Amino acid sequence: MTEEIIIAGFGGQGVLSLGKILAYSGIMQDKEVSWMPSYGPEMRGGTANVTVMISDRRISSPIGQEYDTAIILNQQSMDKFEKTVKPGGVLIYDPNGITRHPERRDISIYTIAATEEASRRGNSKIFNTIVLGGYLKVKPGVVTLDNVYAGIKSSLPERAWKTLPANEEAVRIGMELIRKPE
Amino acid sequence: MKDVKLMKGNEAIALGAVNAGCDGYFGYPITPQSEIIETLMEMKPWETTGMAVLQAESEIASINMVYGAAAMGKKAMTTSSSPGISLCSEGLSYIAGAELPCVVVNVQRGGPGLGTIQPAQADYAQAVKAPGHGDFNLIVLAPNSVQEMYDHVFLAYELAFKYRNPAMILTDGVIGQMMEKLVVDEAKPRMTEEFIRENYGSWALVGNKGVVTSLELEASRQEKVNERIQAKYKALKENEVRVEMTDCDDAEFVIVAFGSSARIAAKSVEILRAEGIKAGLLRPITLFPFPDKQLQDLAAKGVKGFLVAELNAGQMVKDVRLAVNGARPVEYYGRMGGMIYSPGEIAEALKEKLIEKTK
Amino acid sequence: MAEVQKTQENLVYAKPRLIKDNVMHYCPGCSHGTVHKLVAEVIEEMGMENKTVGVSPVGCSVLAYNYIDIDWVEAAHGRACAVATGVKRVAPERLVFTYQGDGDLASIGIGETVHAAQRGEKIVVIYINNAIYGMTGGQMSPTTLPGMKTSTSPYGREEALHGFPFKVADMIKVLDGTCYVTRQAVHTPAAVRKAKKAIRKAFENSMEGKGLSFVEFVSTCPSGWKQTATEANTWMEEHMFPVYPLGDIKDI
Repeated sequence: MTEEIIIAGFGGQGVLSLGKILAYSGIMQDKEVSWMPSYGPEMRGGTANVTVMISDRRISSPIGQEYDTAIILNQQSMDKFEKTVKPGGVLIYDPNGITRHPERRDISIYTIAATEEASRRGNSKIFNTIVLGGYLKVKPGVVTLDNVYAGIKSSLPERAWKTLPANEEAVRIGMELIRKPE
Repeated sequence: MKDVKLMKGNEAIALGAVNAGCDGYFGYPITPQSEIIETLMEMKPWETTGMAVLQAESEIASINMVYGAAAMGKKAMTTSSSPGISLCSEGLSYIAGAELPCVVVNVQRGGPGLGTIQPAQADYAQAVKAPGHGDFNLIVLAPNSVQEMYDHVFLAYELAFKYRNPAMILTDGVIGQMMEKLVVDEAKPRMTEEFIRENYGSWALVGNKGVVTSLELEASRQEKVNERIQAKYKALKENEVRVEMTDCDDAEFVIVAFGSSARIAAKSVEILRAEGIKAGLLRPITLFPFPDKQLQDLAAKGVKGFLVAELNAGQMVKDVRLAVNGARPVEYYGRMGGMIYSPGEIAEALKEKLIEKTK
Repeated sequence: MAEVQKTQENLVYAKPRLIKDNVMHYCPGCSHGTVHKLVAEVIEEMGMENKTVGVSPVGCSVLAYNYIDIDWVEAAHGRACAVATGVKRVAPERLVFTYQGDGDLASIGIGETVHAAQRGEKIVVIYINNAIYGMTGGQMSPTTLPGMKTSTSPYGREEALHGFPFKVADMIKVLDGTCYVTRQAVHTPAAVRKAKKAIRKAFENSMEGKGLSFVEFVSTCPSGWKQTATEANTWMEEHMFPVYPLGDIKDI
């Protein structure tokens, strides 16, 4: 099993930390992992993306060219990464701010209204773990929920562990929230 | 006790420095390697191992602080990225001339000039041919994973002290910024004063009224210094070449790539093999000394051609051609300016430049 | 040359034990030799001969390690304060000093000097200011006086063209990391006695961890100035001292 994921959106949306949780979850499950971010000034308010690979085997290239899953969180990323999903792959996106919805017919497309849900709950910080829950729902075979919870814990500094219950709750919310677009 | 962590390559360098018993780190922030000094400052090793960590006012100051610390027989280190490494040239030359060990890390970005902060391998020639003025070379290691970023700090110190020569870890923004699993072995304690006196007292400043200098006004004596330095490089070539070969046993076409390029090219080999093409990968782990012999052996064994993939305008390809010496075609494929090739691009280049041509 | 036998009877003066037997390359009337002697004496008197690291510059004193019998590291041009920082940070128990001229310290190495001072490195800077590049043959330095002729200011230093003489010690004193800044000379026996006290104080400050001590020596360069030894001393008093007045500038 090898899962190659691209997560892309605005800097500040928690793109990189979502990738980090997935990478940690992979480690908890004794998988090989890589986490390759875009870096530089674009991180400060511009677009940010991270490639995460989780595999049973040693990972050759941490740089991908097409992905099993794309998690897309803004329009620029949709324009850039919709075409990089492997045929038969998965594209998950938050419709908030999306003006051109994905058009491909050879991949499975899901929406998750995580921005709306997080703001309804008054906690923008759980946005990325809501998205994570959605991903886990449609891709249950990559990492187990227990390892994801352990991954969230490992990815956070000890002083932030008080947010663990809220994040675990957000994962469950995300699992409920994800759906096929109408 | 082994401990598994998820870490950036840059953070692994920092942890590697502390665990390898580094005595002094001197550095100046520059993207994409600032995590190294940031991690060290957060770790506060001066409270645990006693290692000094200092943010210098420039890369010029950093490398000269390294020179001072190295003169004391201590394990000294600086890290930077391409433009900052250019500023270290003078100091590296003095350190090599004074025959001192130290470790320097270059997390490369694209150039020339201020260039880009995106990854490149454009400093290959600088690292292996002309890191500064005068006849000298660095020992150059090229890690291709977060684990090797950590392990190579240990290896770099081992070789630097064995040969009394500065060692460089030549990496780039890909390996520096990416996170992977890191297995951390037990830390080495810092060297004691007694250890330094016993083992390095012949050249280090241990209170025996020693002189550390790269100055020799008498030309005939300077030539002797040069000969001694060159003899070390010969010994390095004979004893310290490290190389990783993947799928080379039956390979008809071999990709030669180092560092991040070797990771991408490993995938290219998988793609080519899936298409029925007998491709292999030779990854130099030491760029200086260079694996001339391993390349010659492959050429003699019936490899039909080599493709050198590198993130520059074609620098290492010249060394591969020198090694293969016309026996087989050696082609180049590269990207520049911070652009990275995909595994598929390299595979296509191999087919176009080698297979089409040798048909 | 016949060897003169030294005996208790004919011995009127002995060089300090830490001054090696090598023949010094300094010109007659140059201040370097005297300052070397004072540094050697103070190290010996403090019992620090096996615990001191000197950092020599590029300039006339590049070969200082041939004359004072202690541990030395020879720095690249201007980088002595950075090298000394590296030494002191990994070996805080050592007495560490740099020995630099005005070309080395005030021109190419002013950045390293200022930052070492601002950080309060526990080192001593011995600064020989003779307003000229001696070793390379008498070129203008940052401290060359207005009107002074050198090989790169053959018609005399003009402020409009070359800027003003650099009063380094006056700038160094405002940096919070410094504890002692003084300007000395070695042109008379009285000055030599004062200078030695200044070096001792600076070295003691360093071992007490008080911060950076900066000891400037307003110095002569008879060859570079194209004067005899005695002319140079007089010229220094008349021309250098008004611009670079002697005395303690900071002592805390």
